[in-house]
Amino acid sequence: MNGGQDLGGTHGHGPVEPEPNEPVFHAEWEKRAFALTLAMGMPGGWNIDMGRFARENRPPAEYLSMSYYQIWFAALEKMLEERGLVARDEIDAGRSLRPPKPVKRTLSPGDVAKVLYRGGPTERETNTQAAFKLGDRVRAKTINPVTHTRLPRYVRGHVGTIERVIGCHVFPDSNASSAGENPQWLYTVRFDGRELWGLGGDPSVEVSVDAWEPYLLPAG
Amino acid sequence: MSGHDHHHGHDHSELSETQLRVRALETVLTEKGYVDPAALDLLIETYEKKVGPRNGARVVAKAWADPAYRTRLIKDATPAIGELGYAGRQGEHIIALENTPKLHNMVVCTLCSCYPWPVLGLPPVWYKSAPYRSRAVADPRGVLADFGVTLPKDTKIRVWDSTAEIRYLVIPIRPASTDGWSEENLASLVTRDSMIGAGLPKQSADLK
Repeated sequence: MNGGQDLGGTHGHGPVEPEPNEPVFHAEWEKRAFALTLAMGMPGGWNIDMGRFARENRPPAEYLSMSYYQIWFAALEKMLEERGLVARDEIDAGRSLRPPKPVKRTLSPGDVAKVLYRGGPTERETNTQAAFKLGDRVRAKTINPVTHTRLPRYVRGHVGTIERVIGCHVFPDSNASSAGENPQWLYTVRFDGRELWGLGGDPSVEVSVDAWEPYLLPAG
Repeated sequence: MSGHDHHHGHDHSELSETQLRVRALETVLTEKGYVDPAALDLLIETYEKKVGPRNGARVVAKAWADPAYRTRLIKDATPAIGELGYAGRQGEHIIALENTPKLHNMVVCTLCSCYPWPVLGLPPVWYKSAPYRSRAVADPRGVLADFGVTLPKDTKIRVWDSTAEIRYLVIPIRPASTDGWSEENLASLVTRDSMIGAGLPKQSADLK
């Protein structure tokens, strides 16, 4: 979606402000919101792409005015409510008002280290051949889906070079919906800075994105 | 996206409201048996105390000190980083990017906050913020200036937008006058920002 999250090349956000000796979390509730989000992934049954879409799918003004963990928490509430795991009146009341919905698994303290160490690899076996090879010129498609995509606006329509054939990976545009993993070849595509930003761009800059095959067309 | 609540205009009552709401949700989820608060504590402790940029600094220092390790790291970073025990969530597929005097690598996630957790921990607020995400791809030299870093004009800048599940770790240039240093001492020169490409490592004189 062309939402508030797609920030590459947008203007007016001001300077980057690094915080010296920054703590990992800035408030107790941030810790809990972070941990709740991670822990609910298992019983919640959503995947990382559904989680990302739940965060970005809100009015841009809202997205840009919320803090990072406020967005995480709002997305968590939304996903819990959508799946009927928690109702709004229960959050308002601060206690469970109905019996729990059966869930497949929950995260036990004994499993935390193991689950984090395993992570969620996204590479998949495939019988298909990659359509592009190292050095091929490709054009990022002009697409404007209202659903989740990982092709940022600033590269759409532009021509770049395949720099790396990464492998076959879960396709977020499918995985964020109920369409499933639908693995696709993934490439690193390198763009000249001036191809993206015009002749006024810094000629010493190159930018790459990691792009799945359905995002790309051959460009001779 | 604004930074965090402390200096971006969310007033006290709003902050309290969020606090109360998070607490309320945790209570509901715990009562329903979906979460175990002890597991939540462990998740927090992991990223507050155990997993952070010291991990990445060890990887970089080893690459500086051990040419065979450097070769393995550049060739296939995920198993090379796994040799040191670092792996898993948000670092399932890692690529190491080596800086040289002619090439400076910088990593961003313009679409969200993708970051190599096993080696760098959770990202700082600035990395997740709109200023960094918007400008890193269009004006990386301007962003570096915000960090007080100026690179030579003829150094090429390569920006890596982490749009997929590949995570990037920058291997900064080994500081001069560190011949024969132990990996431990070398690691103390490696800053978090230098492994994102938003900064440079400390120099040997900085430690004196």
